[in-house]
Amino acid sequence: MIPAEFDYVVPESLDAALAALREGGEDAKLLAGGHSLLPLMKLRLATPTLLVDLRKVPGLDGIQHNGATTVGAMTRHHAVASDPSLGLAARAAATIADQQVRNRGTIGGSIAHGDPASDMPAVLLAAEGSVTVRGESGERQIAAADLFQDYLTTSLDEGEVLTTVNLPDMTQFGHGYAKFNRRIEDWAMVAVCALVKRAPDGSCEDVRIGLTNMGSTALRATAAEQALRGQPLDAQHIAAAAEQAAEGTEPPADLNASSEYKRHLARVLCRRALEEALGG
Amino acid sequence: MSATTETATAGNGHVGRAIRRKEDPRLITGRASYVDDINLTGQLWAAWVRSPEAHAKVVSIDASAALAREGVRAVFTHEDLDIESTLPMAWAPPGVELKTPDHWVLAKGEVKHVGDPVALVVGDDRYAVVDAAEDVTVEFDPLPVVTDPEAALEDGSPLVHDALGTNKAYEWSLGGGDLDGGFAEADVIVERRVVNHRMAGGAIEPRGVLAEWRADKLTVWSSTQVPHFLRLHLSLLLGISEERVRVIAPEVGGAFGSKLQIYAEEIGCAWASRKLGRPVKWVETRSEGLMVTHHGRDQIDYVKVGAKRDGTITAWHTKIIADLGAYQMLLTPLIPPCSGFVMCGVYKTPAVHTDVIGVHTNKFATDAIRGAGRPEAAHLIEVTIEQLAGELGMDRLELRRKNFIPPFSEPYETAIGVAYDSGNYEGALDKLLEHIDPAEVEGEKAELRDRGIYRGIGFCTYTEICGNAPTRAIGPSGFGLQGGGWESATVRVHATGSVTLYTGTSPHGQGHETGFAQIVADKLGVDPSQVDVIHGDTQTGPFGLDTYGSRSLAVGGEAAARAADKVAAKAKAIIAHQLEADPSDIAVRGDKFTVAGSPDKGMTLAEVSGAAYVPENLPDGMEPGLDETSFYDPENFVFPFGAHACVVDVDPETGNVEIVRYIAVDDCGPAINPMLIDGQVHGGVTHAIGQALFERIHYDEDGQLVTGTFVDYALPSAAEVPSFETDRTETPSPVNSLQVKGVGEAGTIAGSATVTNAVIDALRPLGVDYINMPLSPMRIWEAIQEAKGGPA
Repeated sequence: MIPAEFDYVVPESLDAALAALREGGEDAKLLAGGHSLLPLMKLRLATPTLLVDLRKVPGLDGIQHNGATTVGAMTRHHAVASDPSLGLAARAAATIADQQVRNRGTIGGSIAHGDPASDMPAVLLAAEGSVTVRGESGERQIAAADLFQDYLTTSLDEGEVLTTVNLPDMTQFGHGYAKFNRRIEDWAMVAVCALVKRAPDGSCEDVRIGLTNMGSTALRATAAEQALRGQPLDAQHIAAAAEQAAEGTEPPADLNASSEYKRHLARVLCRRALEEALGG
Repeated sequence: MSATTETATAGNGHVGRAIRRKEDPRLITGRASYVDDINLTGQLWAAWVRSPEAHAKVVSIDASAALAREGVRAVFTHEDLDIESTLPMAWAPPGVELKTPDHWVLAKGEVKHVGDPVALVVGDDRYAVVDAAEDVTVEFDPLPVVTDPEAALEDGSPLVHDALGTNKAYEWSLGGGDLDGGFAEADVIVERRVVNHRMAGGAIEPRGVLAEWRADKLTVWSSTQVPHFLRLHLSLLLGISEERVRVIAPEVGGAFGSKLQIYAEEIGCAWASRKLGRPVKWVETRSEGLMVTHHGRDQIDYVKVGAKRDGTITAWHTKIIADLGAYQMLLTPLIPPCSGFVMCGVYKTPAVHTDVIGVHTNKFATDAIRGAGRPEAAHLIEVTIEQLAGELGMDRLELRRKNFIPPFSEPYETAIGVAYDSGNYEGALDKLLEHIDPAEVEGEKAELRDRGIYRGIGFCTYTEICGNAPTRAIGPSGFGLQGGGWESATVRVHATGSVTLYTGTSPHGQGHETGFAQIVADKLGVDPSQVDVIHGDTQTGPFGLDTYGSRSLAVGGEAAARAADKVAAKAKAIIAHQLEADPSDIAVRGDKFTVAGSPDKGMTLAEVSGAAYVPENLPDGMEPGLDETSFYDPENFVFPFGAHACVVDVDPETGNVEIVRYIAVDDCGPAINPMLIDGQVHGGVTHAIGQALFERIHYDEDGQLVTGTFVDYALPSAAEVPSFETDRTETPSPVNSLQVKGVGEAGTIAGSATVTNAVIDALRPLGVDYINMPLSPMRIWEAIQEAKGGPA
């Protein structure tokens, strides 16, 4: 509970933050809300030598709607959860940990941390969103599908700062989120998010299903999506599609959940998320 | 709730009232002072180098890098510590061969569990000593590990302590009645292997110690339940004359038994302070707390019960395999036998026998955690009773009623020879059924089933043993505890008529400052706000025996009542003398002592204390002052009881359990303060829900602690527990003048069986008729799969 020694700076511009990050070298870490990083540091599982706190960098906070939605990286989970126009993202953010964590934790920090048990990565994947990152050589966009590389590993370069999370216009989609954990404040044992677009004939025009904690990164349940796309959105087809939810996954076992149990949960939760997305 | 009748304590009516806790304003506003808030000039900080191995030889310790760091004052290992003896273990049962391993403050040559301390680092800064501890290089040579107590009993198992030649520490038995005859006449026999898994205390405040050696005196502030015990053992272990040792338990933020201990860190910090001539402080981290603050439970119970077809229970046998962990701490081996004393439960079973086998493993020590042996007993009894009902096809409550000991107000001797003080088990169950109709729940079950939800209801009718304790029963020549069971109190009336009560108990959240003040206030005709209750400082009051085992009210409260009675008797003598009345006509009526028949004739306590401290007109030969002490050693234990019910909804698809209702009816005699009782029941049941559904200390087969943080050690939060429904019956105890029994552990004792039975009831239609705690979603889902015949 006592972290190793580290230095700490609070830059007041993005350029200053990027410079601090470069000067800090490979053991420098960005500090957003701190609710993932600081516990790791207290357990000495992470020992950064420098923390670059982003709280005074202007322009990283807030939600902008313009068809698509741009959410500043330092936007707190509570703000995301409180904006119903964010749909699935708001629905999922409201389930993150507890109110204290939602008041401090940020969407950008959560996504950049790349924890497969966190809620936001799978939401970003399912929404086919992207993130904007800034490095000293400029700005680039990374599609969600290219972002999550491995456990706690993203395709952000060491010297880059995630500045915004970009969510496409999903108003044509219904959304559902089914999360299972032992205690309301826990990380998901498994969670499934679903976005479903009905065709005019009532069948499934498009469907996106994201899986939380079913592997070393957030995942898409592509087999289930394929099984449902173009099909009638009735109970039978939903159930059949949900049976495919764990296809191709190899979730690691832990004390509270075997791999088999997690795969079972994914199927159950997928059905429930789809039902919720369809207003059932 | 029946109105509290006039009891021996009733004076001005504060007893029985739900007065808000006097403690709470300072706690809620953050003005309370815990060990971590106390800092002394020149203070140094301690950190411990702990073993990452569950069992290993310590080959070498190189502290040079740590000592080279700035601000590091010393690194001590076992060889440096000139401590007189091993850490204490206080049980020497007559006629029982008990093998106890050495347990030193710092490991001597070998480590026996993960977290076993091998070196003590002392330095200027709280953070720097933790960094320095990482720089102490210890070479370990790993040894074979055993973590399963049943495996540890097998031939060829690795030995935790070679010197003992076995992992079996002792065998202990208690019983009475004709067991063989009882099983012979049984029509039905039910046997179950009931696992009562290991759990932690989970107090909000971690442990902390600040030790100051100054001018040949030692003062130790510790987050402890037992300042008086700690003073005694500091004196013995460090060779300091007892009067020069002072222990202060400042505000203590919960303990639940986990601070009923003499810990290596307390002795080590005190030793280091004397060695270095500076105050030395250590505050436990949460990770340390889950690793090296003692655990509880960890029994495997083989239960066998016999009954006639009509439900009459004829015999009950229990074999307890108790995992003691690596060492025997203060009460480690004594806890499992505590299950044996209440193995009759609330039933008139004619033959009951308990065999306990204590086993060492490479895990940290178990010891008292809330209930200490009685939750294990109540759990196995009440789960087995519902199993037996299932086997007999009999209503669960009818089976209980068939076997209840009938109501009794004078001691009832059970088959095993324990004399329950008073009880009315049917009364408690009847009261419970005023709150919940089981038939209604059956109707709800059918309705919910259509929506895929499986509802269940479970019950527990329990009794327990507390009010520790009559010395003749528990002491050296009785059960074998090396100590007494009495309690002390001093009531000091000040010149202005306000009162200080010094209690030898040491509360850590219970609310003594309120409840004890109510008792004394009624005796002396003052308001509870004028009675300050002082505790937890060995220098201020008489020697005491601290707080644990639901003893404070029944023993310490009675001592306070008796000290107040002595003050009242002296006050009456003074008033009789001054007002020319008969002392026997004088009593507290409202806010003064008045003479019977002459309500205007009387004196307030302030007037009496004025007369006592300006002794111009006292009866001949009477000493001045108004200050009395009582030492009270009870004649018997007290036996609270009650009836609990729980309704759960199980989602068979995920295995999730949701608690829909929890109803607790408890009987701890006449209520001193119903709000304090409710608080204890809420907390106690939450502990039980935690064990039944969430909490688990788990080591892997290499002896690594898997549940080492509050992420993995899943304490329930407010969201996971229901809004409790509580009620009481009030059966007076004949043991003490307050007629009270303890209630601090009752909820924990009753709760785990109640929840478990509810979950099993929900799962029965799915073919699951038994399941062990913790009832985690995966375990429930697996049980359902197994019952379906599918893969588990």
